[in-house]
Amino acid sequence: MKFNYYPGCTLKTKAKELDAFGRKSLEALGVDFEEIKEWQCCGAVYPVAKDEVATKLSAVRTLAMAKENGGKVLTLCSACHNVLKRVNNDMKTDENMRLKANNYLALEEPYLGESEVIHYLELLRDYVGFDKIKAAVVNPLKGVKIGAYYGCLLLRPNSTMAFDNPENPTIIEDFIKAIGATPVVYAFRNECCGAYVSTTNNELAKKKSSAVIASAKDEGAEMLVTACPLCMYNLRQNGGGEIEVKYFTELLATALGVNN
Amino acid sequence: MNSKEQVKIIKERSGTDASKCMKCGKCSGRCPAYNEMDIKPHQFVSMIEKGEIEKLLNCKAIYNCLSCFACVERCPRNVAPAAIIEAVRQEVIRMQGGNYINSEEIPQIVDEQIPQQLLVSMYRKFNK
Ligand code: SF4
Ligand code: SF4
Repeated sequence: MKFNYYPGCTLKTKAKELDAFGRKSLEALGVDFEEIKEWQCCGAVYPVAKDEVATKLSAVRTLAMAKENGGKVLTLCSACHNVLKRVNNDMKTDENMRLKANNYLALEEPYLGESEVIHYLELLRDYVGFDKIKAAVVNPLKGVKIGAYYGCLLLRPNSTMAFDNPENPTIIEDFIKAIGATPVVYAFRNECCGAYVSTTNNELAKKKSSAVIASAKDEGAEMLVTACPLCMYNLRQNGGGEIEVKYFTELLATALGVNN
Repeated sequence: MNSKEQVKIIKERSGTDASKCMKCGKCSGRCPAYNEMDIKPHQFVSMIEKGEIEKLLNCKAIYNCLSCFACVERCPRNVAPAAIIEAVRQEVIRMQGGNYINSEEIPQIVDEQIPQQLLVSMYRKFNK
């Protein structure tokens, strides 16, 4: 099975490690993937307003391109995942959006939400399997206490994202176990980091990010892992700096011995 | 456009049915920006129902909502307060002179680490 990999803009610029370690790990695990040719920016945030069509079109283009190639879209950035999955859901269920997007794009065959958007962590859980990852680990991260930081975008709204239990998720903790480390469960793991207000109301972002860090520290975490460049930025810049924050793909690549 | 029509458009744009709200307050209880919301999430729901549009158009809360969707997840009545806030925010930023961010101020707030995703989402949320 081939996965159509969608890196998105930030993974080509400020979050190159998230991408590079992700690719190396997929190769090590024998996953067949290929970057979608000529993908466009997903739009960064899902346009919630029902009367927005134009801001969703670049996501529809990507989804339609992947349809030509088996239809499995593999995402890594949490924000891209949220946008692509929600726009795809609109193309499946919202008549008005379907009609307008197809009228505008005039594709050879109308796109009706046939592709499937799969996050890298879902691929690890559902297609590779955490048992297989465990067996492939050459450098287990023994004794390292890691807190999973889910944030918002992977989990909510659960009616569309269907990623994991939105109030009590386990997927990243299972991942942490698979690479030989010890997961630390803490209350603020699915709280918001402060998101895009970090530029317009930095005080609010500082409060939110430092509350996440404090909650993780209280439970004894030595490190946090995330899949989101925006969360990473907020936790590092606005979180007070008491705990190291890393992309989960870096730890995966380390455990698999391909982090060079 | 009179304010009745404006309320109707905002409701449609939100795609959620505010009349289903049972006023339990769970959305506001879960909101991570609660202290910074001069109008609380549950108030957005009841105020749009009552057509109190002027106050909504002039509040600070539309700029402090984080679009985290926690309120949506917790609502026992399947109402989406975040979508009403978004619909109001769109109403404001689509007006002439309604942009919240002054582009000239951007260079001062951008640092070396800032991800593209943050800059694009900030523009998408606050400017047209
Ligand atoms: S989406 Fe906005 S209103 Fe709803 S809980 Fe999050 S910050 Fe509060
Ligand atoms: S959680 Fe839902 S039902 Fe309760 S006050 Fe908020 S919108 Fe109304």
